[in-house]
Amino acid sequence: MLDQPTTPKLIYPDTPSLDKRSRYLRKLVLRAMIGGGRGHPGSALSLIEILRTLYDDILDIKADKPDWNKRDRCILSKGHGCLALYAILADKDFFPVTELDNFCHFDSILGGHPERGKIPGVEASTGALGHGLSIGVGHAIAAKLQNRKSRSVVVMGDGEINEGSVWEAAMTASKHRLDNLIAVIDYNKLQSYGPTKQVMDMEPMADKWQAFGFTVLQVDGHNVAELKKAFKKPPKKNRPTAVICHTIKGKGLPPAENNPTWHHKSRITDEQFKQLHQALEEN
Amino acid sequence: MRKTSLNSVTKLAKKDKRVIFIGSDLGAGTMDEFQKNYPDRFFMEGIAEQNMIGMAAGLAMDGYIPYLNTIASFITRRCLEQITIDLCLHNLPVRLLGNGGGLVYAPLGPTHLAPDDIALMRTLPNMTIVAPSDAMEMAAIMKETLELPGPVYIRLGKGGDPVVFPKGGKVKIGKALELREGRHAIFISTGIMSHRALVAAEMLAKKGLDCAVIHFHTIKPLDHKAILAAASEFPIIITLEEHSSVGGLGSAVSEVLVDNGPFPRLKILRLSLPDSFQKNYGSQDALLEAAGLHPKNIAKTLLNTMFGA
Repeated sequence: MLDQPTTPKLIYPDTPSLDKRSRYLRKLVLRAMIGGGRGHPGSALSLIEILRTLYDDILDIKADKPDWNKRDRCILSKGHGCLALYAILADKDFFPVTELDNFCHFDSILGGHPERGKIPGVEASTGALGHGLSIGVGHAIAAKLQNRKSRSVVVMGDGEINEGSVWEAAMTASKHRLDNLIAVIDYNKLQSYGPTKQVMDMEPMADKWQAFGFTVLQVDGHNVAELKKAFKKPPKKNRPTAVICHTIKGKGLPPAENNPTWHHKSRITDEQFKQLHQALEEN
Repeated sequence: MRKTSLNSVTKLAKKDKRVIFIGSDLGAGTMDEFQKNYPDRFFMEGIAEQNMIGMAAGLAMDGYIPYLNTIASFITRRCLEQITIDLCLHNLPVRLLGNGGGLVYAPLGPTHLAPDDIALMRTLPNMTIVAPSDAMEMAAIMKETLELPGPVYIRLGKGGDPVVFPKGGKVKIGKALELREGRHAIFISTGIMSHRALVAAEMLAKKGLDCAVIHFHTIKPLDHKAILAAASEFPIIITLEEHSSVGGLGSAVSEVLVDNGPFPRLKILRLSLPDSFQKNYGSQDALLEAAGLHPKNIAKTLLNTMFGA
């Protein structure tokens, strides 16, 4: 029996227009895409405000000591959204911003999916989907065993959570009462092939997480104030939290918004990049 | 051998607080002592192998040394991607104890057999693979696993396997162990097959053929030196394994010889399981015999190869 019905309807974000910082981070995404000539723009742009809020306001981390033992652990489990992670990590001085120009280059630290050990601040090598939550469960258990206050935050995609392994991890998180674990779902409602509703409908999304023992919060994933409020909310004792962020794939770049052909993009022309930059100026 | 390995985990946990145990849904009572003494470090996580591996990776990133246990087929095949990425790509000290490598679960059929575990694990960079011959050697090897920096796959036999490990013997991961000296041919064997190699060697000795036996408890990293020494000293190498002909010890030895040859006068005889699913049940011994891996078959095959039928 569920505590309360949590999914009466889908929430579509009605975000205030992007502020200067959100536009700046998107410009960093474009910078890396120009550097690499490719990327997963759609998947990265729905994540910007989620990661921005986590890294600006929530996570206890040190850019100059990325291995600091007491840090919060944040895993971008949807590794293909890495352009957003690279933008924020560069902005936070985990590595020089100029490294973005080398995205996907032969000897770059920044590949098409993030790798632990290569990139300061990256906790796990992801890209194969459905791995992050289990690793995050391990981090959360370790924190409890070691009496650390570290939280374990795992950011997943709505397509990613088609993977059965995610739900194995969700069961485990609940069994071990991991109230130091936050599962974040970037619910942009588009996976690679098309709408999640058609490819693999995860509705009732909130009920699913709740049934797996999570406290569920739902927010507009492009509204920084809402995100901040959700992430700052103290967890219910003994329960992991799921924050379902309703987002728009490709947010901020009109040609990419809600457009599955922008899930992954290569061969972007100079003219297209120019238009994308303009879109960020005018937004 | 299984009991010894699990008891060893309990002993390691006593000695080292980094040691954690994670099982899937093991038999009732398994690891009771561990659970009683170290409840915080004991996890029984249900039939969810993918999660078990990822969770172990997270724990290992934070300083723990998790020992995981379930049936060999499930701990390798079911969660291969998690092993590849979460453990091997990150190069984390997680130990996988696979019950019943090879044909141990003969009556249970192909879903529970693991004639491919070594092949699967061998393709993974950073992975160490060990297949001890008996409980005595298992105990010695388990001690060595604690401080290895990367992931380890430990193939467990049935239990009650005849002991071939020399009393007071020492193991070094990655170094093959000579069990018998000889002049005419050399067996290169792993796991419980090393006992069969010794029995076959005794049978052959009665016919005047003096065979050496060298036991490879470690299949990765492979002791290249021992293989090349064998290739230069003997006219014939017989690899012997309870594993598919694809990708196991015989394949590994052949690769080393191809890469370092030519050895124009050397004959290599690979004795293994066929590249097919088992069609029969019965016992491990019966399936091994059907595959030509009974000591008397082994001896006969070698004689035929050397002197003709």
